[in-house]
Amino acid sequence: MTGLRELLAYSFMVNALVTGSAVAVASAAAGYFMVCRQATFAGHALPNIGFAGAAGAVLLGVEPAYGLFAVTLLSAVGMGLFARDLRERDVTVGVIMTFTLGLGFLFLALYSGYAARVYGILFGSILGISAEAARRSVIAAVASLAVLAFLYRPLLFSTFDPELARARGVPVRTLSVAFLALLGVIVSISVQLMGALLLFTLMVGPAATATRIVKGPVAAIALSAGLGLLYVWAGILVAAMSGTLPVSFCIATLSFLVYLPVRLFLGHPAGGREHRRGGDVQRTNHGATA
Amino acid sequence: MSSAAAVPLAAPRVQPVVSVSGLRVELGGRAVLGGVDFLIENRELVAVLGPNGAGKSTLLKVILGLVRPSLGRVLVLGQPAGRANANIGYVPQFRAIEAETTLRARDVIRFGLDGNRWGPGWPSRERERRIDAVLDEVDGRDLARAAMGELSGGERQRLLIAQALLSDPRLLLLDEPLASLDLAREQEIISLIRRIIQSRNVAVLFVTHDVNPLLDAIDRVLYLANGKAAIGRPEEIITGETLSWLYGAPVEVVRVAGRLFVAGAQT
Repeated sequence: MTGLRELLAYSFMVNALVTGSAVAVASAAAGYFMVCRQATFAGHALPNIGFAGAAGAVLLGVEPAYGLFAVTLLSAVGMGLFARDLRERDVTVGVIMTFTLGLGFLFLALYSGYAARVYGILFGSILGISAEAARRSVIAAVASLAVLAFLYRPLLFSTFDPELARARGVPVRTLSVAFLALLGVIVSISVQLMGALLLFTLMVGPAATATRIVKGPVAAIALSAGLGLLYVWAGILVAAMSGTLPVSFCIATLSFLVYLPVRLFLGHPAGGREHRRGGDVQRTNHGATA
Repeated sequence: MSSAAAVPLAAPRVQPVVSVSGLRVELGGRAVLGGVDFLIENRELVAVLGPNGAGKSTLLKVILGLVRPSLGRVLVLGQPAGRANANIGYVPQFRAIEAETTLRARDVIRFGLDGNRWGPGWPSRERERRIDAVLDEVDGRDLARAAMGELSGGERQRLLIAQALLSDPRLLLLDEPLASLDLAREQEIISLIRRIIQSRNVAVLFVTHDVNPLLDAIDRVLYLANGKAAIGRPEEIITGETLSWLYGAPVEVVRVAGRLFVAGAQT
């Protein structure tokens, strides 16, 4: 494919593909836990919160990536600490998200400079990822995967059975905060490519698709990472070849086009299956028996 | 008196599996349990009964070290109750976990073996062998590849018991293992528990709502009501006298066709 070879001659393309691969694998692995923990709203909120940090950094004349990283990490830890259970978690996350989005808008309004930088944070870009940023992404992604591997068993345990995990001595709360902090790191390195608004698709799409196709955590994480890589590479190449299509749009669309038929025709991880093999029946309470 | 002192003590008593004395538990300022005493001996099958909110699940959590008593002493095999006790196997109350359909039964059972250890846990033949062994104990080998969410209540309960057995516990705490099972399934689980008690030398404490189908199978009943507890054979405990004392209000127990019915208390 001569087109590909020509494209790879551009250093921005190489940087984009390197960053994209790192981001795809890390967010697909973390995305599996996010989907299983039903914490996808946090995955949606974190990049939006990060946007405020980036906008604030631009206003202060600091590198946007630093502001994004600091604010995302702080709010991830805050979410983990304040949201004690599933019911209040979404409310907490939503309140933090809308507040920071408001801040981000304020920073934008105060900023009178070149708005394209902020636009890039919102929607992502394959241009402008420096070799240094690509290198940072790879290091952060590898570190995130290493941490995830270290946390793997207790995180999985506390994801599926927090009560039992607690009884067995797993630090469930601490793990929950650590996991959100890890999401914060992955979000920070992903935003430059995917943009805050469309990043959700890369964090949740592959994992949500994978859990409907295969059972078991290892298989699901592997498939999720494979799908993530596929979307990112295909998305970047299509975007680069077309010259007009934004990369985050291409990746989001691919992710959606694969998820849709899988969602419609395969599997049912939502637990709504009425299939029962044992013939158990729901017994009404026996009233006043002892 | 003097001759009595000369009689050597009976053979050293086997250490009780659970020993609770003067237990008082307050949750949110309300005393859920107040002054509870009992012993659970090895190989005993004890049903924990009582109305909603009587502290049945709380009692299990105290034994697990998840809830701190405000007063009293709780010993498990002579050691103060504390978290991460490998001597206790625990099956919490049924709660539908949405994502459970994405795990195979085998993945869930594995939590009981090494879910609390750090690191990814590389594949190991020894691990698979131990999981197979507990699966065989509950006749669950053929269920191992199914998704957890596809299983019936009885199958699920059997597998969760297998999971609890993986740490080779001396005490099993089962919270409502019979909830929403039909009578046949209920008997299946109870005879499985009986078999485990025989083969593994464990004591079992399980919370249940209806003791009638189990009257012949269980050793003792621990009845909780009003913060108080009474323990003994079912026919000693489920009586008008004992329950009136527990509830602090007149309660009558009627025996009809071998079944016990409690009247005058909301159970």
